[in-house]
Amino acid sequence: MSERIKAVLDPICREVGNDRTSLLDILREVQHRCGGVSGEAVDLIAKRLNIARVEVESVVSFYAFLSDKPNGNVVIRICDDIIDRMHGSETVARAFESELGIQMGQTTEDGKISLTHTPCIGMCDQAPAALIDDVVVTHLSSDTARSIVAELRENPDPTRLVKELGNGNNAHDLVSSMVQNNIRLRGPVLLADFEPGTALKKALSLSPVEVIRNVKTARLRGRGGAGFPTGMKWEFTRATKADKRYIICNADEGEPGTFKDRVLLTEYPDLLFEGMTIGGYAIGAAEGIVYLRGEYAYLRKFLESVLERRREEGLIGKNVCGVEDFEFDIRIQMGAGAYICGEETALISSCEGLRGDPKNRPPFPAQSGYLGYPSSVNNVETLCCAARIMEHGPGWFSSHGTDRSAGTKLLSISGDCKRPGIYEVSLSTSLKEILSLAGAEDAQALQVGGPSGQMVGRQEFDKTICYDDFATGGSMMVFGPQRDLLEVVHAFLEFFVEESCGYCTPCRVGNVLLKQGIEKILDGKGEPADLPYLEELAQTVKMASRCGLGQTSPNPVLSTLKRFRSEYERRVKPALDGRQPDFDLSEAVAQAVSIVGRESTHS
Amino acid sequence: MSKPKIATTSLAGCFGCHMSLLDIDERILELAELVEFHKSPINDIKSFSAQCAVGLIEGGCCNEENVEVLRAFRSNCDVLISVGDCAIMGGIPAMRNMIPLEECLQEAFVDGPTVHNPTRAIPNDVEIPLLLDKVYPCHEVVKIDYHLPGCPPPADTLWEALVALLNNKPISLPYDLIKYD
Amino acid sequence: MEKVVTFLLDGEVIQGQEGQSIMQAADKAGKYIPRLCAHKDLTPHGSCRICTVLVNGRPQSACTQPIADGILVESETPKVNQLRTDIIDMLFVEGNHFCMFCEKSGNCELQALAYRFGITAPKYPYQFPQRDVDASHPDIFLDRDRCVLCGRCVRASKELDGKNVFQFVGRGVEKRIAVNSEKGLKDTDADVVDKAISVCPVGAILKKRVGYAVPVGRRLYDHQPIGSASEDETTK
Ligand SMILES: Cc1cc2nc3c(=O)[nH]c(=O)nc-3n(C[C@H](O)[C@H](O)[C@H](O)COP(=O)(O)O)c2cc1C
Ligand code: SF4
Ligand code: SF4
Ligand code: SF4
Ligand code: FES
Repeated sequence: MSERIKAVLDPICREVGNDRTSLLDILREVQHRCGGVSGEAVDLIAKRLNIARVEVESVVSFYAFLSDKPNGNVVIRICDDIIDRMHGSETVARAFESELGIQMGQTTEDGKISLTHTPCIGMCDQAPAALIDDVVVTHLSSDTARSIVAELRENPDPTRLVKELGNGNNAHDLVSSMVQNNIRLRGPVLLADFEPGTALKKALSLSPVEVIRNVKTARLRGRGGAGFPTGMKWEFTRATKADKRYIICNADEGEPGTFKDRVLLTEYPDLLFEGMTIGGYAIGAAEGIVYLRGEYAYLRKFLESVLERRREEGLIGKNVCGVEDFEFDIRIQMGAGAYICGEETALISSCEGLRGDPKNRPPFPAQSGYLGYPSSVNNVETLCCAARIMEHGPGWFSSHGTDRSAGTKLLSISGDCKRPGIYEVSLSTSLKEILSLAGAEDAQALQVGGPSGQMVGRQEFDKTICYDDFATGGSMMVFGPQRDLLEVVHAFLEFFVEESCGYCTPCRVGNVLLKQGIEKILDGKGEPADLPYLEELAQTVKMASRCGLGQTSPNPVLSTLKRFRSEYERRVKPALDGRQPDFDLSEAVAQAVSIVGRESTHS
Repeated sequence: MSKPKIATTSLAGCFGCHMSLLDIDERILELAELVEFHKSPINDIKSFSAQCAVGLIEGGCCNEENVEVLRAFRSNCDVLISVGDCAIMGGIPAMRNMIPLEECLQEAFVDGPTVHNPTRAIPNDVEIPLLLDKVYPCHEVVKIDYHLPGCPPPADTLWEALVALLNNKPISLPYDLIKYD
Repeated sequence: MEKVVTFLLDGEVIQGQEGQSIMQAADKAGKYIPRLCAHKDLTPHGSCRICTVLVNGRPQSACTQPIADGILVESETPKVNQLRTDIIDMLFVEGNHFCMFCEKSGNCELQALAYRFGITAPKYPYQFPQRDVDASHPDIFLDRDRCVLCGRCVRASKELDGKNVFQFVGRGVEKRIAVNSEKGLKDTDADVVDKAISVCPVGAILKKRVGYAVPVGRRLYDHQPIGSASEDETTK
């Protein structure tokens, strides 16, 4: 064991008390310091934490931001989300490749710079974007790619790439980011002024049961996508007998096309932390965890500073707001590049320092969550709403929206529209209105709720955003008339194949097969029988998968087969002579032709 | 009325499936009563001169010639059957599918422990059909109507299948006759 | 005293004990629900999804879903069996299954499931993935080509052997079974008598020098479909 590695690793492990549940933090730190987690490092960490080395290897190999092979000193991750691609990310990627003299997935020979792709980093409103280590760069072009490389060669510190700061807290010293908030429409509930402490003090004047009752009266439902009534979730969590409980804020925001939590975290951290504290009070938790996606690491220091300030102001810590016996603190858990970790049980696994595999249910988190304790996982926006309910009362909250869908919703709108950004609209706003707000009247299709949601066409633009028509976490991707929707479907499937945790068969294998099926059609080799084939396969994946990822990953195929069937029909044709159209003899012999040096006599 | 014709071929196979067909023992006489063997290694007829009722394919497609033969079978047979694991999934020849073609050829013609090839060249002879990038199951090259698994399929499987077809019934194998080994 | 729970499985009234899974209760009642990752001595895993049933119309894995009073469970229906067949097909094309020379053939649970469902060829394209064999151990083979990622070895090593020989690495289609050493099985504390070695439902983990001991025709599934003896089949 080399002494050098020991000298780096030992303090990192000691810092967290050689605690197995901190494995992800340890690995993130080792990755950061050493550029990778080598076999030697795996051995040492295993020894320090007193676990098997294969357990460590298992975690390293799960997260996209961890690697067993050393990365360059600087890692450039180009967002290859469909929206970024529509804005030219592929050209940008080629520019980086040619400037660095390497391909995607490679590191320059001097070991200085690595180049790779990453799924949506939550910057669709300022695409194409990339992460350079933790630094976000936006509105990229081939020119900026070239100058970035030149600057990094001169000085590897990526923070120097930020020339102009973004608006709002993006310009805060501890953020110093070029990200823009792009708040296009403020509503009364979320994007309004907030005085820290006001909501919390009101909540603490009530009993926890009354707080829950108010959240229920306000008819708040989860904003993370699933729409579960928040008051009920809190009630269940509170009802489980236990010494400890946890409130966990889901700030993983991994669904491609959503970036509204980014803006809440940047501009309304007090509102969020206040919502968490209120939730903690309601369910009887002393600790809250913010699970922050690795892509938003640039916000971490700032968020820590807000927490520190709140500690000083007595808004978290011992005797919160002077209430005896109410102790509550919040810590931030960083993710490491895995969409599945937004699924609440996978998120809990990840907080425990494990692979981000979802857990079997039951037990549900409200019964047995983080470290086996009852836990309530809530989305960032949900917790912000909860704080507003305390601030202004449940009646005020439910006066917005409709009976079954109370309140407002933040939408992240991107793609082929004139005004991409964040919109706070009343629940039950029609898609047509939304599109006209964003300047996308000519849209051919709107992807509501991200890849796992629904592709909706013009015939249904009169329908609304609410829990009865189109429930959504807020991702709204606009596709103009020039876009090939099957290409979009393909990009979404690539995403799911990449992000499936691989635990269960239908999702692990089925998504690959779905993607291949779409490729066959895109290649012009599809036949009419491929439509029912895809439909059945998609249904199997949807029905038999173990968690929400696999249960929704076939949606791009199913929703386009339903609403845009002609996109498929116009490409397929009956096979001739009983041949399989996707078998191409000249392709199949191409390698042999080049090895042997003779043309085929048959093809 | 003329008897229905049967054609058979062995692509990338070992003739084991054909052996199994002969293994139907004395029933082969009964079969000869019922059908006429057309293009087949059994009678050495080399090309199709008439439409056949049934084509039996042994072996998967490992080279361009296999593809050609298989396509001819598809065009000339009403019902095409993949017989045996090689036809169905590539079988033993498909063990090379996980190894790049270049390496396979290098090992076979240059580096293999029993190879004597002073020129170290990979042979380029029109008599040696060009290999495909991998061994393909037959149903990934043409449409196949039935699959009779086994390595080889039991003689009874072949018998049951042919009897069913000759009686215009769909093939449905009992538990004991679906075997992958 | 344990509470009795009554529910309907394919129209038949089944009584079980509170806390049992649907699969456990069905087994007790002599009703077989097809399965692969489940094993009676191990914590349920819920990964293969072959045991999928509809509970009040909603798909659930029978090995993990607890019974509850009055639930309606559908198992042997065309729709549910269609899901199972699809999943079995997926497992066959995902790996490299050369049954013709596999030592497990005839005793293999994946193969037996395919036989039970009358599968003559999978409907999906073969993937022919690149996977490694680990033959380093003197008494044990690990052939990843045949691994179905059921996690039985992982659980058995932990839960029954008190070791930690196996664990998964990678995610999605790249997920693989790995062992607790960079140098392969030989450098782990795996022993041929470990439960982890004998619970593998397929021919991915095999004992060396004992293959093909039982002649064709006398193997576990040569004549009897898996699950036909109503007791839990995974007791071997
Ligand atoms: C694959 C997958 C990814 C998810 N990602 C997120 C996410 O990034 N943020 C989020 O709040 N919820 C996400 N969810 C939903 C969570 O599982 C959970 O329902 C939500 O955090 C609950 O909070 P809410 O009730 O406030 O919406 C995801 C679900 C799945 C299946
Ligand atoms: S559905 Fe996909 S993401 Fe969810 S457990 Fe299964 S493999 Fe993992
Ligand atoms: S493990 Fe089972 S299915 Fe796979 S090759 Fe062996 S016998 Fe066949
Ligand atoms: S090696 Fe065997 S027991 Fe282990 S996961 Fe693979 S198939 Fe299951
Ligand atoms: S047996 Fe239940 S999921 Fe595998």
